[in-house]
Amino acid sequence: MSHAGGRNWRTVAALLVLSLALIPLGLTLGNIRVDYTLVTVAAGGAVLGIVCGVLGSFAVLRQQSLLGDALSHAALPGVALAFLLAGRELGWLLLGAGIASWLGVLLINSLVRRTRLKQDAAMGVVLAAFFALGITLLTYIQSRNDASQAGLDQFIFGQAAAIRRQDVMLISAVGLAAFVVLIALWKEFKLITFDPAFAQANGFPLRLLDVLLSTLIVVAIVLGLQLAGVVLMVGLLIAPAVAARQWTRQLDQMLVLAGIFGGLAGAGGAIFSGLQQGLPTGPLIIVVAVAIVALSISLAPERGLLWRAWRQRRDRQRFAAQQVLQDIHRHATQHQDPRYPAPGGMLVALRGPLARPALRQLQREGLLQAGADDHWTLSERGLERAQAVARNQLLWERYRQFGEDLGLPSVTVDPQQPIDRLLPATALARLETVD
Amino acid sequence: MNQTPALHIEDLTVAFDSRPALWDVDLAVPEGVLMAVVGPNGAGKTTLIRAALDLIPRAAGSVRIFGEPVARARGLTGYVPQRGSVDWDFPTTVQDVVMMGLYGRLGWLRRPGAAERERTRQALEQIGIADLATRQISQLSGGQQQRTFLARALVQDARLYFMDEPFAAVDAITERAIVALLQELRERGRTVVVVHHDLQSVPDYFDQVTLLNVEVIASGPTAHVYSEDNLRRTFGGRVAGIARLTEEAHP
Repeated sequence: MSHAGGRNWRTVAALLVLSLALIPLGLTLGNIRVDYTLVTVAAGGAVLGIVCGVLGSFAVLRQQSLLGDALSHAALPGVALAFLLAGRELGWLLLGAGIASWLGVLLINSLVRRTRLKQDAAMGVVLAAFFALGITLLTYIQSRNDASQAGLDQFIFGQAAAIRRQDVMLISAVGLAAFVVLIALWKEFKLITFDPAFAQANGFPLRLLDVLLSTLIVVAIVLGLQLAGVVLMVGLLIAPAVAARQWTRQLDQMLVLAGIFGGLAGAGGAIFSGLQQGLPTGPLIIVVAVAIVALSISLAPERGLLWRAWRQRRDRQRFAAQQVLQDIHRHATQHQDPRYPAPGGMLVALRGPLARPALRQLQREGLLQAGADDHWTLSERGLERAQAVARNQLLWERYRQFGEDLGLPSVTVDPQQPIDRLLPATALARLETVD
Repeated sequence: MNQTPALHIEDLTVAFDSRPALWDVDLAVPEGVLMAVVGPNGAGKTTLIRAALDLIPRAAGSVRIFGEPVARARGLTGYVPQRGSVDWDFPTTVQDVVMMGLYGRLGWLRRPGAAERERTRQALEQIGIADLATRQISQLSGGQQQRTFLARALVQDARLYFMDEPFAAVDAITERAIVALLQELRERGRTVVVVHHDLQSVPDYFDQVTLLNVEVIASGPTAHVYSEDNLRRTFGGRVAGIARLTEEAHP
């Protein structure tokens, strides 16, 4: 395991501990009484969130984020038809949902293959058609004044209160089966997600694997319908993966993190909706999931907005300081005296408003000495540094010009980097003597 | 020539929306040569490779690789797709991508182990990017991306390689690395078909050339085929200095 990989696994572990700690903290702060129903609902939400987070990662990476949306909407007519045919039995309703959603997959695939429709348009058409049919059927069922239809509309926005212990067991068992398939076909799924043409050229049955992966996503959707509802199901598939992507640069870590975030969102949303009668679970799960996304996008190292703003500012300051140091050095060289002082006003005129903070920073680092009357002199170390920077830039310039002719190793030209850390000593020696 | 050609295409036609992208293509690539495929934009160069690998449906025609149908020759072919065909922000490392070249050989359910890691390391070294092994692919330059793809093809250890524009927008150092690799593959008796866009370097790099513009205009040894007349028929009047381009092929 590489160094970066090890550090990232530590990040994953830290985020797991943090997520686990949030649940008792939330319970205490919200003054929530833990009872059997709450535990069931939270467990259901957590398991569902884990399954959706992991499987949804593939949808995000395949740039098919909206596939989940189309497929969950496509499930609704299946629920309604199953009710009309078999009555209000959860198993049948979910089976109907699964079949309808899976037909949606096949329809989208064949529209993309056989017509000139692009994938987003195909998904839009399928989503609208199936959802319209579902709503029509549901309205018809409700107009029949049949008492047994009560609660069927929970499939639209989700309702956790109805979830029972055996439902949680069912979600766990099916979710586990999906994970077994995922682990068994890990390298195949990774390959068709990254480079489908290469997978096909190596003899992997692309279309079959494609449908299989979509089927796993359908499984996650069907499991989640009761809890999250068809309208917002896509959020539970996508949001954990999007958040996880911010924290890591490895596929396995991304899936683990997406599972953690999904579990946190599922459990959190389910608990909140259990606080009061009639609060819809789906929207609350999504609120938690989106909060995690917002935090990740702003805070995550390297990709996070705050991190990037901070790094940009730091780079700008460092660059300005280097420039000011070189300006003073050049000024002194022109006067044939390395200790010749440079007036601050001149430096500001040269480098603009960043020159003042740069001067202060250089002074703090002991590279400059402030003289009388806003004059600045290089210290012993400042002179060494300025000479080193000048040499570095000269060597980079020579590398850019002659590196190829000298047959030196290929590195990315970046004068901000110390060249002697990137090139071997023999290469440096040849650059030093070139002319 | 009585030897089975590495690639034998007969009467190949490919159509998109009833517009032919390739029309009645016949092509034989003898074993052990480096062949360039050149032609204007929309000439069907990429389509030719994709059809030869059976990645897209053919309207008509047949493809044989060392005398076998494509589906039976998967283990004999290697493929370097266009660099822009994948998402380089995918969360993975250079060595992971290179190892993907071994997945086909591993078959179902088996995972890469020590032997595969060693093979990957060798390929990275050979192609001069061993120091990038654990680098995130999102941090690679264009040339480094291209070399990652080449290393992935190298571990495939194929007898017939297809490369789609490997020289597109790479730095001079990468270009040299690719040329060195091509020559080494030829020394080892491998066959390479390369979609190429730089007309100037064709005579330097390739033994054989196919001039393509939906139909095959000409195909064969560079010295015979790469003529001013054939280039004009391939590109129309649109390439300046065609006469100068072919000087090297016909000194």
